Amino acid sequence: MFRMTNAIEALTLTRNFKDLVAVNGVSFTVGTGEIFGFLGPNGAGKTTTIKILATLLRPTSGRATVSGYDVVRQAPSVRRAIGMVFQDQSLDDRLTAEENMLFHCVLYGVPRQDALIRMEELLDLVGLSIRRKDLVRTFSGGMKRRLELARGLLHRPAVLFLDEPTLGLDPQTRSHIWDYIRTLHHELGTTVFLTTHYMEEAEVCDRIGIIDHGRIIALDTPSGLKRLVGGDVVMAKTADKEALLTAARERFGLPGKLDDEMVYFETQRGESFIPELIKAVPGILEVRLRQPTLEDVFLKLTGRAIRDTGGGILDAMRVRRTVHQRRRQ
Amino acid sequence: MQAFFATVYIIWLRDVKRFTREGTRILAMLGQPLLYLLIMGQGLRSAFKMNIPGFDYLGFVYPGVIGMSVLFTAIFSSVSIIWDKQFGFLKEVLVAPVPRASIAMGKALGGSTTACIQGAILLILAPLAGVSLGLGQIIALAGLMFTMAFAVASIGTLVAARMETMEGFHLITNFLTLPMFLLSGAFFPLNTAPAWMQPLMRIDPVFYGVDALRNVIYADSPVRPYVVAQTVTVDVIILLAFSFVMIGLGMLSFSRTE
Ligand SMILES: Nc1ncnc2c1ncn2[C@@H]1O[C@H](COP(=O)(O)OP(=O)(O)O)[C@@H](O)[C@H]1O
Ligand SMILES: [Mg+2]
Repeated sequence: MFRMTNAIEALTLTRNFKDLVAVNGVSFTVGTGEIFGFLGPNGAGKTTTIKILATLLRPTSGRATVSGYDVVRQAPSVRRAIGMVFQDQSLDDRLTAEENMLFHCVLYGVPRQDALIRMEELLDLVGLSIRRKDLVRTFSGGMKRRLELARGLLHRPAVLFLDEPTLGLDPQTRSHIWDYIRTLHHELGTTVFLTTHYMEEAEVCDRIGIIDHGRIIALDTPSGLKRLVGGDVVMAKTADKEALLTAARERFGLPGKLDDEMVYFETQRGESFIPELIKAVPGILEVRLRQPTLEDVFLKLTGRAIRDTGGGILDAMRVRRTVHQRRRQ
Repeated sequence: MQAFFATVYIIWLRDVKRFTREGTRILAMLGQPLLYLLIMGQGLRSAFKMNIPGFDYLGFVYPGVIGMSVLFTAIFSSVSIIWDKQFGFLKEVLVAPVPRASIAMGKALGGSTTACIQGAILLILAPLAGVSLGLGQIIALAGLMFTMAFAVASIGTLVAARMETMEGFHLITNFLTLPMFLLSGAFFPLNTAPAWMQPLMRIDPVFYGVDALRNVIYADSPVRPYVVAQTVTVDVIILLAFSFVMIGLGMLSFSRTE
């Protein structure tokens, strides 16, 4: 079962916090050089899984290897093999960008000569060269994130963990961060294990595990996952969502799903379904047709839209907390 | 082993760097001891009379004030461990391939260094307390201050290792520092204290620190037998033994994985 060619192997990994089962019998493998993503709402167990793989938490049961090393019994070897970008910031903002980088190099035993060269290259790659001598507290959220990415690569890890690398950032910065991640992966060939609850961002992954309530409920390539939905997605907006759902079920035999805003239908023939739906059900305000997204996959598998699961609110709270803490410091 | 010392060094260096960047903290460090010395020393001077020729209360209190400021600075410097937990920086060290015990050692040394800078400021103020020091004495005092600071910073490190919140840390350290301060013999010698209090004073590490300082300051003075409780060697051995236990427990606390 455990072969050296896989960067990560997890076998029925479980972690309890008192009565709560945060990670529930999760098994998966990540191939060397792959970008693998965990996609799921807040509280799904993504961070807990990453912490177990990074030796920061012990699994309650099950086992896992990273770079061929057991995460419990060979923790020091695992730590040497990995780089980590945590969900919450982990820079010292009273030090400069350069000082944070050099601190990291000492921790990982990177010789000073190499450290200076790599720091130069990586700061350049994430576009922070001119700010190298500035205190991190003067950086924006996106700059801090880029610095953390660069820092995580200083010791040339075989496996890079990114826990919600774009959390709380504005859309433009988010897309930049993904560009950096793609570039880094392309240039260094590092295996990347990342988590996100932004559906559209999971597209960069070679394979995605969809995780909900501590369980992997689907695991495939992005296109494989989308095939689960089977066909087009038609979204309709109306004042009376329940009436629309009932009508569609009775007239077309189509079970719809709904979130706060819209009713969703899956159908093989989206173009012809739309006029029929409008004719059959009065009061439709807006209709959209699109190819399935990972959002639809999640909706299909769980019956919930990911944004119904409170991600938005938790996000906002987390960002606020960060701002609050910064002020207190 | 090399990773251990490299990590201790870089954690210590970080604390010192952060310290030197905080102008207000350095300013407070200059003001505080001066206040202690003037208010405590002058205020209690007339109240405390000893029938020993050559005894001056201000000179007696002077090493006590050094002990006190070293105590407060060293123990509260450990609060940075709680900050590091809350702001996430600690995770950067915990996930690195270094012995976690080195965090406790680096932090305790960082705190001792800051406390020693505070103590050094007080050495400059010696003439204000009517104490004159030779170069040899100053070197000896600096070494003893560091030993005492390390013992106290180790307690702070141990407490901070076990606490997650600022409130918890302050609750415990406030509970510890006040008795440690009052029982340190800073304001009265051991032999004038009531019998029930003496054993309590003897379990206070700051007591041995202050006693060691007095041993050096009163080295050639006829007053010495009245103001010290044991020789400087005994003081240092007890301080080192105490530090050893505390830093050992602190290092263990950091080594656990949840
Ligand atoms: N240290 C902890 N103690 C108790 N419960 C925890 C702890 N860490 C995480 N949890 C709980 O475990 C669940 C999974 O959390 P987490 O792995 O952080 O989810 P995600 O990263 O997917 O948002 C959540 O319900 C969370 O409240
Ligand atoms: Mg998380």
